[in-house]
Amino acid sequence: MARQIGDVILDLKNISLRFGGVKALTDISFDVREHEIRAIIGPNGAGKSSMLNVINGVYRPQEGEIIFRGEHRHDMDTHMAAAAGIARTFQNIALFKGMTVIDNLMAGRNLKMKCNFIQHALWWGPAKREELAHRAKVESVIDFLEIEHIRKTPVGRLPYGLQKRVELARALAAEPEILLLDEPMAGMNVEEKQDMCRFILDVNDQMGTTIVLIEHDMGVVMDISDRVVVLDYGKKIGDGVPDEVKNNPDVITAYLGAQH
Amino acid sequence: MVAAPEAPAMGASLPDTFPRLLLQHARVRGDRPAMREKDLGIWQSWNWAQVADEVAAMACGLAELGFKRGDRLAIIGDNRPRLYWAMCAAQTLGGIPVPLYQDAVAQEMVFVLQDADIKIAIVEDQEQVDKLLEVRDQCPALQHILYDEPRGLRHYTQTFLHGLDEVLAMGRIHNKNQPDFIDQEIALGKTDDVSVILYTSGTTGKPKGVCQSHHAFIAAARGGIEVDRLVADGNILSYLPMAWVGDHLFSYAQAMVAGFTVNCPESGETVMIDMREIGPSYYFAPPRVFENLLTQVMIRMEDAGHIKRSMFHFFMAVAKRCGAEILDGKPVGFKDGLLYALGNLLVFGPLRNVLGMSRIRVAYTAGAAIGPDLFKFYRSIGVNLKQFYGQTETCAAVCLQPDSQIKFDSVGPPMPNVEVKIAASGEILVNGPMLLKEYYKRPDATAESIDADGYFHTGDAGFFDNDGHLKIIDRAKDVGKLAGGAMFAPNYLENKLKFFPHIKEAVCFGHDRDMVCAFINIDIGAVGNWAERRGIAYAGYTDLTAKPEVYSLIQECIEQVNADLAADAMVADTQVHRFLILHKELDPDDDELTRTRKVRRGFVAEKYAVLVEALYTGKTSQFIETLVRFEDGRTGNVSADLQIRELKTFAKGAA
Repeated sequence: MARQIGDVILDLKNISLRFGGVKALTDISFDVREHEIRAIIGPNGAGKSSMLNVINGVYRPQEGEIIFRGEHRHDMDTHMAAAAGIARTFQNIALFKGMTVIDNLMAGRNLKMKCNFIQHALWWGPAKREELAHRAKVESVIDFLEIEHIRKTPVGRLPYGLQKRVELARALAAEPEILLLDEPMAGMNVEEKQDMCRFILDVNDQMGTTIVLIEHDMGVVMDISDRVVVLDYGKKIGDGVPDEVKNNPDVITAYLGAQH
Repeated sequence: MVAAPEAPAMGASLPDTFPRLLLQHARVRGDRPAMREKDLGIWQSWNWAQVADEVAAMACGLAELGFKRGDRLAIIGDNRPRLYWAMCAAQTLGGIPVPLYQDAVAQEMVFVLQDADIKIAIVEDQEQVDKLLEVRDQCPALQHILYDEPRGLRHYTQTFLHGLDEVLAMGRIHNKNQPDFIDQEIALGKTDDVSVILYTSGTTGKPKGVCQSHHAFIAAARGGIEVDRLVADGNILSYLPMAWVGDHLFSYAQAMVAGFTVNCPESGETVMIDMREIGPSYYFAPPRVFENLLTQVMIRMEDAGHIKRSMFHFFMAVAKRCGAEILDGKPVGFKDGLLYALGNLLVFGPLRNVLGMSRIRVAYTAGAAIGPDLFKFYRSIGVNLKQFYGQTETCAAVCLQPDSQIKFDSVGPPMPNVEVKIAASGEILVNGPMLLKEYYKRPDATAESIDADGYFHTGDAGFFDNDGHLKIIDRAKDVGKLAGGAMFAPNYLENKLKFFPHIKEAVCFGHDRDMVCAFINIDIGAVGNWAERRGIAYAGYTDLTAKPEVYSLIQECIEQVNADLAADAMVADTQVHRFLILHKELDPDDDELTRTRKVRRGFVAEKYAVLVEALYTGKTSQFIETLVRFEDGRTGNVSADLQIRELKTFAKGAA
């Protein structure tokens, strides 16, 4: 493998998140290195999605510190996270169902567009050039994820597996440095899962994108991740390379609910 | 610009190898588009001069890698411009391109790679590279692998692996240093040199490499161009496997001879979209594709609003009445002509547009029997759909239906310069310039299939009808004889029967017997629907098959076929005399059909011997009990008392 895993790019320290009396996350620390694939696993309600929401600023933790590219913060802000190159997909697909794949992807590049509303409405001069440039980028994502055949299809008409792929494409269109994937393979059949795995590995390998993913399919997680962090009831119970995690007794207990 | 070079006559001055054809196009119409490919959502095109440049660079690059006259170059991938150019590049150097089926697994490729002693392989992408790496140890002759699409191949460090880009760059330098090299190599080429080796599918035994010369493919291409008057401003969408003879003829040979534009789709899944965007003037698809398209149209029409739907049905009735005649240029009544023109404006034109067939001058189908309704549908809406006949050994160019002489059940008269005769056994024998030179390294097979008079034995049985059109009836080995001596082609009869939507499967018997009898399987969907509309109650499949009304329905169908058969002297004796409807569906799980759903006639005859006996002994019914295997592996019994009915037959030449 030529892909070099670099330094820590995102460091989460002692994160605690509460909703009223409910402790969603308790004192969780872990880091993400540049170019790695980092998985977050855990049983239902373990706090995995909350963790992603903390990373891209949807939730603001009560305690803890987030160090992103050397900058210390108490919490993230969604706009700032997006501008800083953190993109994500959602557990339940969040696309504009009535818009075509192309339009959804163009929306994914919204942050990178510089011209103002009026220029875009007139579609003249710089706005036109800008749109062409962005369209070219979007097309390269389409090519990368092999969704040429549905380019002009409204997203709502696509089968679930393809919608998931379009969502990944929309996130990639933003040219992120860190990609947060929330259960990218949920509800897919074996073949779709294999495709998705290949795309995730390709993204990581060719674009050098750092990937943080939540996934329930243990086979997939153990296969493609470099390191895995395990949550249970909002607490971290394991962290390390897949083999380490697999043999961690706490993890086995959390998943199987019995002593071994 | 010089005057147009295509004189229809085949003068000696015309270029006689593919590299020379390319040079001529580059000279005469260098700025016209030769090839297009959709890349990142935009159609990119290359004109003939650019193609000639690319081919020269690729040839020089191949020469740098040690590719010499007579060497073999494997080409594996989807239809990509650079893979087509690779063919011409190999031919430029006097080498032989060998296209392989891109969807074959690695182990299937080994045979061809070894048999043809492939020296260099040019492949599309990582997928194909991986396959070749997997079997490289078994192919000692393979020295270099070149890939078109570098994606995913960054970490491959093998020294024998090269990106096509670097080979092209290398070639351009070579071409600059030795500007005469390419011209000299092209001058060395002879028209009788082998231009390509295409492997037959090998349903029987190992695949065989069919060696075709420049001369053969150019002759085959000219034949088709002459019959269909193809011109240089045409467009073709190339989406069928490059290893298939038809694609080599249409997308390579004919494009090179006539000079039309080859369009490569973005991916296998975008073919229909690309087709609409390009609007090809020339199109090929197997019957299955035409059928799917029609089904899609019908489904969408059912969902359309009331006005659109009734308009569609009204004008389709008009088209059915006179569309095909109008396409053939035959006179029709004034009112029909007017209605058709209106229909063309409101329905047929938009429909052709949706199908991507607005600019079709000619569309071909071949490979399987096509139903008359399907065939007539496309012709009636103004798509000039035709059938042709040929095989790998004949450059796919034996017979072709000329305009205005279209019949759905024949493949047309022999093409120009092709000779066809029927052997005493009924086998079709072919001679002409487009015949294969030989099977590669298989003198035994060559001697077996080409006789002393130079005729190629196709292995198909057929006959000429009264207009001199060839009708293909069956594989020669399946054809039997009635006791009276008449030829009996079960497949031909069964196909005719199966064109009726109510008949799902048919099995005909007659070899060494005095008449033809048939088993029929009804189509439960179509017949069930028919029965419901007539208020005929039934309890299940077996019950439905025994209904006298259903028997009468099927009887009508078969008698129509009989009337049709009677009109043709060759097959008039094989009219069906008696039939029964089977009480269960023929099923691959019961070994009655192959997995590709072909009837295993011998097995069926054996299993239902009592029924066959009953058909030929004049009984009016027969009891049978059959063991059936359910999908979950359990078995059960189905029993029924089957009726047998006599059918009306017609005098020869009647109807």
